Amino acid sequence: MSRAARLGAVGAGTAFVAALIVYYIVSFLMVTPPGVAATGSKPRVHLTLQTVASFGHEPHTDWVSYLARSPGGKWVHSTVLHVPSYSTVTVTVYQFDTATGLRNPFWGQPHGTIGGTFNVDGKTLKVLDPDLASHTFAIPDLGVTVPLKGVADDAKNQCSVAPCNLSEAHTTVTFSFKTGKPGKFRWQCFVPCAAGFPLGFGGPMQSIGWMDGYLMVG
Amino acid sequence: MTTIAGERMPRHGIRILTIWLVLTAIAVPLIVLVLGPHLPPSRLTAEAASQRDANIVMTALLVPIALLVVVFFVYSFAFFRQSGDAILDGPPIKGHSGAQLLWIVLTSVTVLALAVWGSYTLVVSAHGAGGGQGPSPIAQPKGHEHALPVQVIGQQWEWTFRFPTYGGLETRDLAIPVHTVVAFHVTSLDVTHSFWAYELGVKADAVAGVDNVAYVNARNTGSFQIRCAELCGLWHGHMAKTGHVLTMQAFRAWIALARKQNAAVAKYLPDYNRVYFPAPLRRAG
Amino acid sequence: MNATAIAARRPLWRRLIGFNMLAGLALGIGGWFLGAWIGGQIAVGHDYLQGTNQNDVGLFMGYLFGVIGWLVGLGFANYPIGRLLGRAPTLRQHETASWTRYFKLCTDHKVVGIQYLFGVGIFFFIGGLNAMLMRTELLRPVEQAWPAGQYLTLMSLHGTMMIMMTSAFILGPFGNYFVPLMIGARRMAFPRIEALTFWLVPAAGLILMSAIAFGGIATGWTGYAPLADEGRAGMDAYVVAFILIGISLTLVGINLMATILTMRAPGMSWTRLPIFVWGVLATSILMALAAPVLVAAMTMVLMDRGANTSFFLASAGGSQYLYENLFWFFGHPEVYILALPGFGIVLEILPVFARKPLWGYRLAVAGMLGVTLLSFMVWQHHLFVSGMNADLRPFYMLTTELISIPTGFIFLNAIGTLWRARIRFTVPMLFALAFFFNFLIGGLSGVFLSDVPSDVTTHGSYFVMAHFHYTIMGGLVFAFFGAVYYWLPKMLGVTLNETLGKIHFWLMFVFFNLTFFPLFAAGFLDMPRRVSTYAPHLQALNDFVSASAFVLGFSMLVFIANMVWSLVFARVPAAENPWASRGLEWQLPTPVPVDNFERIPVITSGPYEYGVAGAPPVADFAPGVVAAAES
Repeated sequence: MSRAARLGAVGAGTAFVAALIVYYIVSFLMVTPPGVAATGSKPRVHLTLQTVASFGHEPHTDWVSYLARSPGGKWVHSTVLHVPSYSTVTVTVYQFDTATGLRNPFWGQPHGTIGGTFNVDGKTLKVLDPDLASHTFAIPDLGVTVPLKGVADDAKNQCSVAPCNLSEAHTTVTFSFKTGKPGKFRWQCFVPCAAGFPLGFGGPMQSIGWMDGYLMVG
Repeated sequence: MTTIAGERMPRHGIRILTIWLVLTAIAVPLIVLVLGPHLPPSRLTAEAASQRDANIVMTALLVPIALLVVVFFVYSFAFFRQSGDAILDGPPIKGHSGAQLLWIVLTSVTVLALAVWGSYTLVVSAHGAGGGQGPSPIAQPKGHEHALPVQVIGQQWEWTFRFPTYGGLETRDLAIPVHTVVAFHVTSLDVTHSFWAYELGVKADAVAGVDNVAYVNARNTGSFQIRCAELCGLWHGHMAKTGHVLTMQAFRAWIALARKQNAAVAKYLPDYNRVYFPAPLRRAG
Repeated sequence: MNATAIAARRPLWRRLIGFNMLAGLALGIGGWFLGAWIGGQIAVGHDYLQGTNQNDVGLFMGYLFGVIGWLVGLGFANYPIGRLLGRAPTLRQHETASWTRYFKLCTDHKVVGIQYLFGVGIFFFIGGLNAMLMRTELLRPVEQAWPAGQYLTLMSLHGTMMIMMTSAFILGPFGNYFVPLMIGARRMAFPRIEALTFWLVPAAGLILMSAIAFGGIATGWTGYAPLADEGRAGMDAYVVAFILIGISLTLVGINLMATILTMRAPGMSWTRLPIFVWGVLATSILMALAAPVLVAAMTMVLMDRGANTSFFLASAGGSQYLYENLFWFFGHPEVYILALPGFGIVLEILPVFARKPLWGYRLAVAGMLGVTLLSFMVWQHHLFVSGMNADLRPFYMLTTELISIPTGFIFLNAIGTLWRARIRFTVPMLFALAFFFNFLIGGLSGVFLSDVPSDVTTHGSYFVMAHFHYTIMGGLVFAFFGAVYYWLPKMLGVTLNETLGKIHFWLMFVFFNLTFFPLFAAGFLDMPRRVSTYAPHLQALNDFVSASAFVLGFSMLVFIANMVWSLVFARVPAAENPWASRGLEWQLPTPVPVDNFERIPVITSGPYEYGVAGAPPVADFAPGVVAAAES
């Protein structure tokens, strides 16, 4: 083999292996759920979410998860939510999961919502018994946390596979909060609801697209 | 060894020492007077001030040591280099027991002095220097019996604060009064966090089942940044918020307001405790 | 025609079959699936695994069987089975001079050294790639490029890969290759164990990389429990990889210790032992004593995750302090495992290019042994604010500061050696001198961390991160590159391009400092470690650091280009002793014969007698021959 051919072969081989490794790592890094926009227009928009006890599909059939409804009315497995800045965001959460209870009962009271209240199945509440909470919807950097009441353990017709239908057992939680200047804010759940994981905070509780997400204020 | 080399030897040493002394004489006042006031963390509390003092002393002591080595190296590059391709041997000096002894004595004295001074500030003058001391602190400031206890609860991924002397009130923001000994009782509900109040000079790991105590005494009013300093999972970098040092009057007003705002949840809060073992104990499900 | 030539004429596919890396990979993958299936059978009905959608038992069994398959495929079972069947022991079966021996179990310490050089090098560059991707994310104060979870995995992979790989960064390639040559031995004490220590490294590296496929690692390289307990399935890869590396490090330590203690040539007294060998000896003591503790800690995490124990869960009677103590009892000696070989290398290189004896040889040895001893007594300085018994803090402050005394000896050795020297600024010398500058800053910044009041500010911040990058990257990695430029002519018989080497050095030195020095300031300005988001006012600082880091990364490409150019294209044959060194290894022909020394040499003089009038040659390579001829 000539020198040039040898150099070419080694160079091409090295570049090929390097490209494979880069692809392996970067393709993992690039995975983000699709963004879901709120319906309506500034300054009043609406977000519709649901929670489900077990997603029912690959890659993690057993994991608890949030889903978001796209403006087209389809349920999307995503937690990246786009809302406009300086607006009032009204959130409706259809809650299909049963209660786990809050680790810190303090989150039984809503924070950062308009009026300091939230609405469960048509009733306006100032606090939820922490043991009845199934999840929370919390954007700590905006000061917003709202407990989500769980479905009774003995309810009939419980949802087993996402997306759940409103004909199945659920509670409906609504609340509103105001957004300020544009930015990217994390949101999460405070209930240790990741079944099977020590402390209940592994897996879906630490994965964007499941129980954590970004609120993109734009 | 030739006599010519013997004559040149002291000149190099004196030159290097002179350059070093000049640079040190310039650097040390600059560090103390110009850089010092910018060294972390602040003078907001007595403990933070002790940390800044430690940082100033340390910088002013260590920069001359660094300068000595660097000056010697740069000097040797300039004067002890071999130009051209010839490979010639230098003088075969294998050691000098006097120089070695001097070096050992000087470094040992420096190091022991640092350790003694560090222990003194830690235990006696700075009362733990704002660091977490565990459940039974040994370095306690004067008036610690009447310290205002503030419990810091870390959880994935948010800090909350409880005030046992105000009915176990729990808040999501932190304010402390000025000119008061405050005892932070840091604990965690899940994994290990670390409560870092930067300008207060407080850092204490939040460990489940452990009551980690750190004292501060604020000298001025102002605000401070709170961070998490121990990796605790997905949103570790987001566990940041701003706290405030208020006058006693403003602090009482703040407490009253917080009580009102958090009244609804008060009856659901567990009794104040030094540590919490909330359910689920092990694997959730 | 000999057997080798016949073997070389076989068709390519026939030559690929045998006990080699391909067979290892095939059996490893097969073993993984077998183990995962068995684990699945075991785990049926373990309700604590339900709901997680991850079967830790299956993963652990998969990794276990995969590693066994990998080792069997490489041929590690052949010898013990052959002995059981009554075959005569052979040391060097299937070892040919062909390039394929680099992809097989080979008990020649020189082959293992080169295997280590390239194996560890590849993982070092993957770790570096991760660092580049991290700095890309940190260009903005809030997650832009990669989401938070993936950033944590990136950061953990970078840290874990670098710590795992750099643990054997110098002992692997240069310890294995040169210790026998420098002490006048024909082989290592345990050649098969030596091969095993290397072949565990790629297995650990590949397993660690597989963490990405199982959801990643979110704990950093320290893997603090209970965060590690609740982590996703990628944590299993971290645990197994660290166990394998721990086993490998223990065996490396035992092997090198036995070699140095028992296989020195006649006349190689303790005061003639090259200082690099002293550094290796000190490091191997640390490895053999510290690494088993890591394996213990990791096994406990494995039990917590796979067998429902509660070693580290406070709410079920465990304690995370147990993990922290076990981990740092390994972890602090570990940082000296990273530092001591660097001391050895730079003190080895310095006299050669200063053309003077090593100044204060005994002091250097005392310094290294002092560091070795003290490094087991300082680990709790990682836990000053953890809430453990506060009475102990002055003690650990004292021991930590004491360790700077023996470390200071190394600087005095350098100062004395350079005093009135005739310095030649070759590429290895530049790296060795840069080591002292970087390690000076790294070491002195460590004093801030040893003082409790200062540590309260700096603990867990970017200050710590800058500190240990100055000691590991600025120290160990610079020493590594110095060693590469110094010894590669002997190892591969090829001269590296000096111009490219100098470009590599200056880019790396300048931009290393521009990358990490500002990070001290970031730590002082309240930026915690391991964050993908930070205070907006720190953005300018971070952007500057990222830009510098990219140039630093580019300097590594210059090095790779130099390697490819010099090894593949230019191939300028190296002189047998291009640096005119007195080291025993340089007196051997290039390439070094398979058995190193025709006869075991008799050492007649120390290796650093530069300029000493009438110093005898370093060794007599044909002892007894002349005498026999005369009589």
